[in-house]
Amino acid sequence: MGSNVVFYAMYNDDDVLKDGAKKLVAKGVKVSEVFSPFPIHGLDPIIGLKETRLGIMAFIYGLTGLALALIGMRYIMITDWPMNIGGKPNFSFLENMLAFVPIIFELTVLFAAHAMVITYFLVNKTIPGMPAQNPDPRTTDDRFVMELRLSENSKFSEKELEEMLMETGIVELDLKHIK
Amino acid sequence: MHKEATIREPLVLGHKTYHQVTEDVCKPIEGKAPKTWYILFAIAAIIGVYGIGCILYLLGTGIGTWGLNKTINWAWDITNFVWWVGIGHAGTLISAVLLLFRQKWRMAINRSAEAMTIFAVFMAGIFPLIHMGRIWVAYWVMPLPNQFGSLWPNFNSPLLWDVFAISTYLSVSLVFWYIGLIPDFSTIRDRAKKPVAKKIYSMLSFGWSGRAKQWSRFETVSLVLAGLATPLVFSVHSIVSFDFATSVIPGWHTTIFPPYFVAGAVFSGFAMVQTLMLVMRKAYNLEAYIHTKHIEYMNIVIMATGSIVGTAYITELFISWYSGVEYESYAFFNRATGPYWWAYATMMTCNVLSPQLMWFKKLRTSLSFTFVIAIVVNIGMWFERFVIITTSLHRDYLPSSWSMFYPTHIDIGIFVGTIGLFFVFFLLFTRYFPVLALNEVKTILKSSGQSYKDGTAKTPAFSIEEQHLADVKVKPSITNETIVSSVQEETKTAPVQKAVDPITDPVIDPALAKIVTSLGSTDATKKDDLKELTGLDAALEDKLNKIGILTFSQIANINPTADLGLLTAYLGNAGSQANLLAWKLEAEEKLKNDNN
Repeated sequence: MGSNVVFYAMYNDDDVLKDGAKKLVAKGVKVSEVFSPFPIHGLDPIIGLKETRLGIMAFIYGLTGLALALIGMRYIMITDWPMNIGGKPNFSFLENMLAFVPIIFELTVLFAAHAMVITYFLVNKTIPGMPAQNPDPRTTDDRFVMELRLSENSKFSEKELEEMLMETGIVELDLKHIK
Repeated sequence: MHKEATIREPLVLGHKTYHQVTEDVCKPIEGKAPKTWYILFAIAAIIGVYGIGCILYLLGTGIGTWGLNKTINWAWDITNFVWWVGIGHAGTLISAVLLLFRQKWRMAINRSAEAMTIFAVFMAGIFPLIHMGRIWVAYWVMPLPNQFGSLWPNFNSPLLWDVFAISTYLSVSLVFWYIGLIPDFSTIRDRAKKPVAKKIYSMLSFGWSGRAKQWSRFETVSLVLAGLATPLVFSVHSIVSFDFATSVIPGWHTTIFPPYFVAGAVFSGFAMVQTLMLVMRKAYNLEAYIHTKHIEYMNIVIMATGSIVGTAYITELFISWYSGVEYESYAFFNRATGPYWWAYATMMTCNVLSPQLMWFKKLRTSLSFTFVIAIVVNIGMWFERFVIITTSLHRDYLPSSWSMFYPTHIDIGIFVGTIGLFFVFFLLFTRYFPVLALNEVKTILKSSGQSYKDGTAKTPAFSIEEQHLADVKVKPSITNETIVSSVQEETKTAPVQKAVDPITDPVIDPALAKIVTSLGSTDATKKDDLKELTGLDAALEDKLNKIGILTFSQIANINPTADLGLLTAYLGNAGSQANLLAWKLEAEEKLKNDNN
């Protein structure tokens, strides 16, 4: 016992939590998680979260959609069955491509949007039936919880961490021992 | 925290805390539905079921049950389709385009506007599907491998582009809407008391925990989806307009169609949002979140897009004459003066004239006027599609084929039925879903909330010292020392709690002082006993006296149309707009009796 203590420090204001996090991080404390009812802007760099790469993924998915649409249109409308309109069969992809722009655009968006959202659900672990992991039901209402782990802050003692947290304007402190 | 210029009107009226936002939004979901909800739901359901009956009859009997004929082969079906798709444009426009432009006022309305979008697109989708006649082979519009060899749908056709545009739009809007709903569902989940509700909402919330990383991803996904949805919104109605514009029918064969259809769609969509919002804000007591300013902003959008539509109508008329194409000129001359002149006149009045009234601030900030105009615009936009579709077709090249369109009861039944079904969906949404993006509203509370802008609310909620002494509880204490310290803290709690009360020592806000001076001057000798007014207790009287409100005449001078939010913010819950007005009336009564 002792090495694996989790601190759940509760705040009732996002700015207080942010200031607190700033102070703690300046002292060399590692903040392992923050649970909040809405996004706290400017918190991510303080607690050392990297920017998400979902945007890049969306771009790649969009390119996939674009490529599939181009290949599909070429195969369906040019190679497999060159449709004959007014005696002018579709023999050239480039010359007929303009008519396929709407479809190509829609498929690009379709792929980018849905594949990104699926990725988002998977990396977030938000999937139907997943249990919620917020430490207190009030964190989806008006409370903000900062999670510290003793194991990640081995240079401080349990008591030191507790004292430092107390100075940041918390309203509740919950300690959990995990094996 | 993002600071906002004080000159900007607040987006959330009165004093709201984060918890209050949750309460206000969750109340209609957790409480019992009012009687009117059941009545409206029953009416909508009956109409919807009648519509489904008509659809089933049509599917069993054939498209001949519509009033179509050889000349007019598209009429109400496509009119209704385009009308519904148009309505379905506002939601994603509000949430996507306004997100990219960082318009914070969208947050109060985007959730329900998106719901409206999705349900409207459902309704729109019904029409082309049943128009296929054999709905059970509807999947043939998809490029699926089949037993007919190289049989693919024709990707040169705008009708097929429509299939892709609308299904992409519907699915992306749905996903966008749901992404935003997940954190709000988690709020309801964590508040739910009944096990069944808890179970359902925890399924719906996908186990959302509100971790910092989740929120960071949430914001990125919302932004990227908004970026993707923005061109999508414009593409959908452009493609719908191609259904007409790529044909060679005079009256349809117009290059102006795509931008004009998109503007018209936004126009009608916002009108429908207004119609729904004005009722919803009242029914669910959301006046503090969706107030006159929001309605005014939407009216400005209606005015702008209405003007674009008006310009397009006039350009169309001009070009038909200027082109020198006989058929084209006749099509437009016939629209305005032929047998369908009344439809054209309705369209012109409702869509061109009525939105111009919004130039007057008095009119565009009037809620009842807005409601009337919103309905008028909805009617006008239906007629626009009817005029474009039917009047262009009813004069064939061969005069012997000229004809008129008369809707059958099936035409009417299906159209009215979709309105019923739409409201069935929308009413269910308002009953079980958070109608306001509550987590988003919380993010703008400090920058755009009235009490925060006035400085009457304390941010942070308590000062750090007060808070620390007030109620720090160390739950499972490990050492005896902490127990001792927490006990010591508890003993200090009582006196500190009092200091926490933000209004014990008010510094009178200049805006508040201005309101007080507008009520007329007075001196302390003429002081009335304000406690005589119902519900006004000694503490409130004290507060009123402190800011200089001493007499009944001052209270009678309260201007009911003015912004009383400041007073409410100062007085707290007891000083709500309703109470203030009740006191005003009572004070007037008292003054009258005194004079007699």
